[in-house]
Amino acid sequence: MALRKYESQVRPPLVDGQKDYHQVTEDIVRPVEGSPSTLWWIGFLISVGLLTFGIISVTHEVVYGVGQWNLNKTVGWGWDITNFVWWVGIGHAGTLISAILLLFRQGWRTGVNRAAEAMTIFAVMCAGQFPIWHMGRVWMAFFVMPYPNPRGPLWVNFNSPLLWDVFAVGTYFTVSLLFWYTGLLPDLATIRDRAKLKWRKLFYGITAFGWTGSTKHWQRHEALALVLAGLATPLVLSVHTIVSFDFATSIVPGWHTTIFPPYFVAGAIFSGFAMVQTLLLVTRKVLKLEEYITMEHIEVMNKVIVLTGSIVGCAYLTELFVAWYSGNPFENWAFMQNRVNPFSPLGWSYYIMMSCNVLSPQIFWFRKMRRNITVTFFMSIIVNIGMWFERFVIIVTSIYRDYLPSSWSTYYRPSIWEVGFYMGTFGLFFTCYFLFSKFFPVIAIAEIKHILKKSGESFKEKMDDFEKETPEEFAHEFAHAH
Amino acid sequence: MAFKKFVVGCFDEEGALFAAVKKTRQSGYKIHDVFTPMPIHGLDKAMGLRETSLHTAGFIYGITGTTTALSGIGWIFNSSWPLNFGGKSHFSLPAWIPITFELTVLFSAVGMVMTFCYLCQMAPFVKKHHFHPRSTDDKFVMVIECTDKTNEAAVESFLQGLGATDVNTQVAETGWWLGRYDKERTPFGLKSTQPAV
Repeated sequence: MALRKYESQVRPPLVDGQKDYHQVTEDIVRPVEGSPSTLWWIGFLISVGLLTFGIISVTHEVVYGVGQWNLNKTVGWGWDITNFVWWVGIGHAGTLISAILLLFRQGWRTGVNRAAEAMTIFAVMCAGQFPIWHMGRVWMAFFVMPYPNPRGPLWVNFNSPLLWDVFAVGTYFTVSLLFWYTGLLPDLATIRDRAKLKWRKLFYGITAFGWTGSTKHWQRHEALALVLAGLATPLVLSVHTIVSFDFATSIVPGWHTTIFPPYFVAGAIFSGFAMVQTLLLVTRKVLKLEEYITMEHIEVMNKVIVLTGSIVGCAYLTELFVAWYSGNPFENWAFMQNRVNPFSPLGWSYYIMMSCNVLSPQIFWFRKMRRNITVTFFMSIIVNIGMWFERFVIIVTSIYRDYLPSSWSTYYRPSIWEVGFYMGTFGLFFTCYFLFSKFFPVIAIAEIKHILKKSGESFKEKMDDFEKETPEEFAHEFAHAH
Repeated sequence: MAFKKFVVGCFDEEGALFAAVKKTRQSGYKIHDVFTPMPIHGLDKAMGLRETSLHTAGFIYGITGTTTALSGIGWIFNSSWPLNFGGKSHFSLPAWIPITFELTVLFSAVGMVMTFCYLCQMAPFVKKHHFHPRSTDDKFVMVIECTDKTNEAAVESFLQGLGATDVNTQVAETGWWLGRYDKERTPFGLKSTQPAV
């Protein structure tokens, strides 16, 4: 009975089927070693097509200037910053799963963390594009870095939330990448040691950094993962907090709100989990990984979605209440006229946001709905549409009618190059994701093996006799297990 | 790096590993290492490895980041180019908190990962000897280091007695080299100095 890991039968298994360690390796590495399916090629080529459209759009914007976008007198930030905030937000779910759930010792994270972390990295890459290309003279982008220079030296403004954003997003990307890659090392070594083809031996030999699985290395690896998780947890909260400071520290009615940081963070996790659902529902189906990304994983994530969606809903209502309660006519106007009034020019966007983010996720109070794949997939798309509109509402409806009514006549709608840029980031995101799902294991192999004997279906069955024991007998046996 | 002799044994169960490690240490053999496909909690303690100090390194890197941010921004805003922001104090500490925090995290994370790679001697292109090809798949591989006086046959039968399979003796280099995994251990195409088993 030595070292038998016990987990209550009340908790459903996280790995279905009769698995042993070798079977886990076989199942997860299979898509990496096989040739990609037709479906993969179709998806990949569509993504590359979108990416090309994006590159053309951005090139057009760089050659002819930011005037190619329909930003105008009052709407200085339009689709670009909306998309920036949306993509950064999507990234947050990956870090939540990999870091915060690691600290909370949630076993279910092992099935989804690798893909979610990859999603984080690709989403942050997409997000970063928007402020960079919005600079117009993009070849001057390095001016945001503080370095001694012959212009004074003229330093960047360390008191500006926009510069905080540079540091926050930059740090977030770096730390996420390191966290993801150090987690990948043992799995890359697994593929390397199985490889038969020459290029695969070479490629995984290089990328696995010479990992051997030594106990001392595992000990350091665990310590590293724990500390990185501890660092990434406040980091992920700080990133969207600082993104919200871009708005909250201004004095624009509709932006000048102290509730923004928690509200943005909740919204980020909300939209991020929706994107994780979208990706994983497809991934588990196409790569046949239903036994590792089970209905339990989907249900748990739907619970997070209904929780964070409701937090966001509370924030929307609080904002409305405070706009009225403050007695500030400008704040009141920004909310009651520019947003809530359905007959105002952009009033419709507020109702899309409300129905997608607050009303529709409430369906997940029902267990049957949480465990329904079609409903989950549909909802994951709806939530992300809603979260895009949330950022659009916050950014555009707060600024399109400013203090000077003569400039109100300009109705902001994006140009084809703005839309193309946004589509292009979808192309970038999915191109990266398709390549990732082909060349890297989409599930953390070592981590699944780590929980297999505790949460695997075949091992849980063997624990039946434990369940029949009295607590005293169990405690006695468990205390002597080591 | 010198070549040494090692006796290698595989275990299918991590449970059996603990008893094996304990008995091996009691018998006075030197465990070179145990290679496992996933982390086994408690195995490091069973093997008598000391706790890693990577956390401490992370803390030191972190406070280096904090100091860098505060002293850097402080020097820039007070001495190098003191800009006047609406008559506010040049030393505006609350506004520096976000960047100070980010640099703390950045220094700590990057420093720790680099230290981790250094301590484990890991880098792209680095290769190391593999005692068993399935030690990253499903086998738990215990490696006992031999000295000149060791009777390898005795160690092999000892390991078999513990329930190990695939027991064999290997001559291996404990360090790392550059090259490919499917080639023999011949860094840069040089002739191997490997002695005969």
